[in-house]
Amino acid sequence: MKGATVSLWSVEKDYGTVGAVRGVSLDIGAGEFLTLLGPSGSGKTTTLMMIAGFEDPSNGDIAIDGHSVVGVSPHKRNIGMVFQNYALFPHMTVAENIAFPLKQRAIVKTEQRSRVAEVLDLVRLPGYAERYPKQLSGGQQQRVALARAIVFNPRLLLMDEPLGALDKQLRESLQLEMRRLHAELGITFVYVTHDQEEALTMSDRIAVMNEGRIAQLGRPEDLYDRPSSKFVASFLGESNFLSGVVHGFEPNDIVVTDCAGAMVRAVASDRPTTGDAVTISMRPERLHFADTLATPLSNRLIATITDAVFVGERCRYLLRAADGTSLVVKEPSGSGIRRRSVGETIELVWGAADTVIV
Amino acid sequence: MTPLLLTAPLLLFMLVFYTLPVLAMLLRSVSEPHWTLANYAALSVDTVFQNVFLTTLRTAVIVTFGCLVLGYPVALYLLRPGRTALNALIVVLLPFWTSILVRSYAWMVLLGRRGLLNEALIAAGVIAHPLRILNTSIAVYIAMIHILLPYMILPIANALRQIDPSLRRAALGLGATPAGAFRQVTLPLSMPGVAAGVLLVFVLSLGFYITPALLGGPRDMTVAMLIANQVDQLNWPYAACLSAALLATTLAIMALFQKLFGVGTAFRSIER
Repeated sequence: MKGATVSLWSVEKDYGTVGAVRGVSLDIGAGEFLTLLGPSGSGKTTTLMMIAGFEDPSNGDIAIDGHSVVGVSPHKRNIGMVFQNYALFPHMTVAENIAFPLKQRAIVKTEQRSRVAEVLDLVRLPGYAERYPKQLSGGQQQRVALARAIVFNPRLLLMDEPLGALDKQLRESLQLEMRRLHAELGITFVYVTHDQEEALTMSDRIAVMNEGRIAQLGRPEDLYDRPSSKFVASFLGESNFLSGVVHGFEPNDIVVTDCAGAMVRAVASDRPTTGDAVTISMRPERLHFADTLATPLSNRLIATITDAVFVGERCRYLLRAADGTSLVVKEPSGSGIRRRSVGETIELVWGAADTVIV
Repeated sequence: MTPLLLTAPLLLFMLVFYTLPVLAMLLRSVSEPHWTLANYAALSVDTVFQNVFLTTLRTAVIVTFGCLVLGYPVALYLLRPGRTALNALIVVLLPFWTSILVRSYAWMVLLGRRGLLNEALIAAGVIAHPLRILNTSIAVYIAMIHILLPYMILPIANALRQIDPSLRRAALGLGATPAGAFRQVTLPLSMPGVAAGVLLVFVLSLGFYITPALLGGPRDMTVAMLIANQVDQLNWPYAACLSAALLATTLAIMALFQKLFGVGTAFRSIER
């Protein structure tokens, strides 16, 4: 395998009395693209810094390819690393920056030159070798940082919010580039971001972090469709939350009553017991207006439109149910789709599989 | 226009009380006893002047080198987070708050024949007879390095502080040893501060008067001491010539540093 495996066992990091990381266990497969996603202060960057070796865990163990690396200096770990602010050496040219890790490994000059040219082609920056970092745009600097991190063929690449400082369009094109690089190199990527779209676009798996712990780990579609907590449901995409009481069980579904006055069918990762007070989560684009759907869906609720906003590819409606609960519904925009007006009372329908107890 | 107006009081003060007297003084080197360049011609073959000038340059070079070697590690230490670095900074700045005269006298007490250093060495059995340190070049170097150290440490610390800490991490992460990261990243990026510190210390050393006068021997006469000596004897033309020579040397060195390192930028901030 070209990629390294990374394992974390109950890793903790305390700064004085505050716990930055409070027990993270994680197995990252060879060649996987894993993203640590979370708000600032969730411990994602600290976790990455411990894998890189810039921080030592207070407790727990970290292994790369099965060998514990706790206490091993960063320069002996042979890991590629891309920093948020690029961290290019300002007194060196692009070529010297990229050759830096090769120079540390005492690779002969001629090979250094050919490897630098090769990797500049790979990040699509040929002809920039003799420039200085400050002569490049942010996006170009990030490509150089990326080139420098992979030129010595590491089997693991760590990235700390590498696209954070770039504008949206550039970020999106670089996201696709990262995916391409990941596929071409076949090495393990561990990527830190607070941007859920970035995480969904690029990752094989996402570990959503909150308050120093992994809130949920899974493939992007699993996390989006089956969030296990209110935090994950609201951090990854948008969600409607209704509270209710577990009424009973059907072969596939759980019946929840008193949800804004309605009875709904829902699914859950952990099976609750009858009588439990629960919160259900529904994605705004999974709620439909009843008159647009031919096939019946199991859940329905009457609500009145209180606001309608056109946001380009879709319309965003704000509704209020009979008991006062607010709901958000997103509907694609288009010539064949009727725009609803404020004040309209309408029936919402949605499927049991899109109703998750969190 | 307004910024110029705001600086006008200072400029006027400098013109009346500094620039004009200096020019009047320098003018005497060519105007007395009558308009002539003979004073400078005499200076160029004056062996006393040449010896004093070389002594001054040698002292400045040694003191600058000493300050650099002793000051750089301290500047690095000042980068540490927390209270220890702050305390170290206070220790670095402390000498600033005592007059040079007092500190020079303090070194006389420490380095004299029956001074603390000799007494301690004899008591420890390291030496049998007191060392002659006071009134030698060594005493001058020690005291001048002590006095000028802050001028070396502060510009270097300032340059080091402006280096993005993630650069060192990047270097380590890319396989550089801690020593390699220092040599290839931290040191070159701190060079503007080093150049500024070297320039400050060197230029200040050239004009030193009290410390070499109190601590040095007869062979440690500097240009500044020679000038004072000549003014005492009311030999104004000769003193003016010496001043002009010292000023020209200082300006030449500053121009050289500006050309080589662009020291001017070090006093602002380092471009990223």
